[in-house]
Amino acid sequence: MTTPSSSRPTPPSPPRSPSSASRERVLARIRAATAGAGEAPDVPRDYLTRHVPDDPEALLGLLHENLADYRAQVHRTTENELPQLIGRLLDRRGARSVAVPPGLPERWLSATTAERRGDEPRLGPYELDATDAVVTGCALAVAETGTIVLDGGPGQGRRALTLVPDLHLCVVRTPQQVVASVPLALARLGPTRPLTWISGPSATSDIELNRVEGVHGPRTLEVILVTGGPSDGH
Amino acid sequence: MSGVFVGMPAFPEAARTAVADATLRSNLRHATHTIRDKRARAVAELADWVELREAGRRIKEQTLRHLDRHLLRLEESVTGAGGTVHWAADAEEANRIVADLVRATGETEVVKVKSMATQEIGLNEALAAEGIRAYETDLAELIVQLGDDRPSHILVPAIHRNRGEIRDVFRSEMGKWGRPAPDGLTDAPAELAEAARLHLREKFLRAKVGISGANFMVAETGTLVVVESEGNGRMCLTLPETLISVVGIEKVVPSWRDLEVFLQTLPRSSTAERMNPYTSMWTGTSDDDGPSAFHLVLLDAGRTDVLADETGRQALRCIRCSACLNVCPVYERAGGHAYGSVYPGPIGAILTPQLRGTASGIDASLPYASSLCGACYEVCPVAIDIPEVLVHLRERIVERGGPGHRRERATMKAAGWVLDHPSLLAAGERLATRTRALHPRNPPGARAWTESRDLPELPAEPFRDWWRKNRT
Amino acid sequence: MRVALFVTCLNDAVFPKTAVATVRLLERLGVQVDFPSGQTCCGQPLFTTGYRARAAPLVRRTVRAFEGYEYVVTPSGSCAAMVRTHYGRFGPEAAELGPRTYELTEFLVDVLGVTDVGAYFPYKVTYHPSCHGLRLLGLGDRPRRLLGAVKGLELVELPGAEECCGFGGTFAVKNPDVSAAMDADKVRSAVSTGGDVLCGADSSCLMHLGGMLRRLSAPLRELHLAEILAGTEEDPWREESGR
Repeated sequence: MTTPSSSRPTPPSPPRSPSSASRERVLARIRAATAGAGEAPDVPRDYLTRHVPDDPEALLGLLHENLADYRAQVHRTTENELPQLIGRLLDRRGARSVAVPPGLPERWLSATTAERRGDEPRLGPYELDATDAVVTGCALAVAETGTIVLDGGPGQGRRALTLVPDLHLCVVRTPQQVVASVPLALARLGPTRPLTWISGPSATSDIELNRVEGVHGPRTLEVILVTGGPSDGH
Repeated sequence: MSGVFVGMPAFPEAARTAVADATLRSNLRHATHTIRDKRARAVAELADWVELREAGRRIKEQTLRHLDRHLLRLEESVTGAGGTVHWAADAEEANRIVADLVRATGETEVVKVKSMATQEIGLNEALAAEGIRAYETDLAELIVQLGDDRPSHILVPAIHRNRGEIRDVFRSEMGKWGRPAPDGLTDAPAELAEAARLHLREKFLRAKVGISGANFMVAETGTLVVVESEGNGRMCLTLPETLISVVGIEKVVPSWRDLEVFLQTLPRSSTAERMNPYTSMWTGTSDDDGPSAFHLVLLDAGRTDVLADETGRQALRCIRCSACLNVCPVYERAGGHAYGSVYPGPIGAILTPQLRGTASGIDASLPYASSLCGACYEVCPVAIDIPEVLVHLRERIVERGGPGHRRERATMKAAGWVLDHPSLLAAGERLATRTRALHPRNPPGARAWTESRDLPELPAEPFRDWWRKNRT
Repeated sequence: MRVALFVTCLNDAVFPKTAVATVRLLERLGVQVDFPSGQTCCGQPLFTTGYRARAAPLVRRTVRAFEGYEYVVTPSGSCAAMVRTHYGRFGPEAAELGPRTYELTEFLVDVLGVTDVGAYFPYKVTYHPSCHGLRLLGLGDRPRRLLGAVKGLELVELPGAEECCGFGGTFAVKNPDVSAAMDADKVRSAVSTGGDVLCGADSSCLMHLGGMLRRLSAPLRELHLAEILAGTEEDPWREESGR
């Protein structure tokens, strides 16, 4: 593979910004503009924290339905059968290489013959582009919107890892990683981590305002919902 | 009444061309009607839409009331997380800052995420003047850039193009910018999307500098948020070594929790989705993920003028969802180009004249580019009363006067006077009804209206005469 | 019950039949109707075109004309909306007229509590809900409920009913091309229903639509809701029922 070095040179330091005068100017304009304004009323937070009842089984169903509605491929399996399912899915998509984020449980890839590409040292953009798939976990999933959220934690990797390869397999542990709503998701996430919210594969509405799947991000998103108990099929 | 309105301003003239363009009319009608119905369904799914809308409005009001504090807090948070904050009082300064930052990296090309702010300030042109090539990576922006065209919609800048036109642009232009369109490219949307993927991928992989805007900036945490669909945003935000975000000062929100409102209302209002495919959130720089240098350029460029206007400042609440464009009957027929600004449609009609002033013909005509039907206000997820601001801006224009309004003012003065004198009014009504057989079908005052319509017949007598004869 | 008729300048001068029908309908329902002759125009065209100062004397005149009336009834959603949503900008005295002002269908349904007004109209009707009645007053289904109860009347849905007809006061002359395109689209929708009558509750929109209907020689005519509701089996609506 002929790829540019994945080491990252330190960029030259940027020039000192001459904008401190502008900083004072803008702040002064803001203060002048709002000087006579009355106090704004408090924000009413009487919207709902969730739109569906707190029933894990129903949440799982809703997550499944909403993921599928935006063209994610959804599978359900058990912890025991997870490696076999991952192996089968990679095979079915013809993935011969798979990027492996740090901290991904080794068991998950125990049933695949695809070449494993670790990210330490980091894979360069061209190496990632030449990698067929990536397997990750997630930070949580949002049932009401059919969204998975990655925060770069163990088994998730940095953001580019789940972006450049064309196939993303994402494992969601249920019920513990499933939240009902956007407000509940935000409350559980750490703002200072790099976060990626993913709802289905890459899509666009730019042609006649019709949604078409498959642009720059992974064109295939397979979401595996892992349940604790025995396999309940799919 | 058209004889009264001499010096017809620019919007009506631009709209005339658009209305006469059958392809454009059909493209816009198809696209806006498709999204209109979908939006209504997506919004109807949330039982608390009214409360979310009110909360969104109040969060923005609170933010604007203490904008200085929130920006200072944001600056502190971003700086603390390894980013550098720059302040730009106007477009020229913002462009200068960005150009200097790019030059310092030694690079001569950048990849860009779709951003209204950078379009507003003409960043691409300013960079080109410095020998830096900016590649637009959003599909619609790419269509516009390749076609040497102008954007006509906030969310879907190439909404005026149908799939056949897009295919033609790709076939003829892609090769001049990089990887050419695949042989035998058809107008199937999936094929067009694939062509864009292939064309842009080589640019993403070699990019060293990314430029973005942001949908939200969280003061409390220093987190920036970009909401997108295609993944081009993720590419630009993640792969380059240097990231420069140019963001209007009004895009700050006080707290992390505030996102729970906008991440529910924005996707449903814009693309009519429960959630858009990708949302990226980043806070300064991280050691092991994404760009190692992050610059945030805070842009004023007229926003503080808008903030100073008690009625007009609500335009700064806008989260650029474009629901008002999609539902607007005037936008549907006039198209985005007629608005002469990167901000078309109802929001553009109130934002552009406030950001740029009303000295030019086009800017002075924008507040009149509405029938005040109120559909925009109804769908706005932050409850901007666009008709209210339109009327307010009309008042400003009338106060300022100008040659185009001298005769209109005289007419309004006369009308106001007659209407304030019922006996005169009654006499006028009687005179009009008695001489109705003599009236031309095309009276000078109403010519613009009678061009395409026939006047009603005047009655034999006004109602007040009937009342006098029959009820008193 | 005694009410003041807020006739509107357009109905007074150009559509007296609508005004007369409103009087006859209200009287048939047992309401005593007054016509305060000091009224002229509510000031809306001046206000929305940007001439607030010129509108102010008309606002004051309107407020004076209806002083002391508990119910001010108008067959115009647009003028009712002007009073209710914009008069507050002209001071507390003007604001006070808002809650006493009722668009005709609001008065019938909410105050009199009737939807069947005993009307008879043996034609196929489609209804255009004008923007100000729809969005500023929130008239909702009141007009359709009233029409639905009219004997002999067949109500057909207007496709894209909630879209503006393109009048918008001075909009129609300042932006004639866009206005005409909106108008023509609305008329095409109305024609597609196969109805005999395009009904509305705002004379300004009806004038605008009627102008296009006549120009296109469309096979249906415009008619104000009040005129439909005023007709009965004993004294049915006819072309010259204005008297």
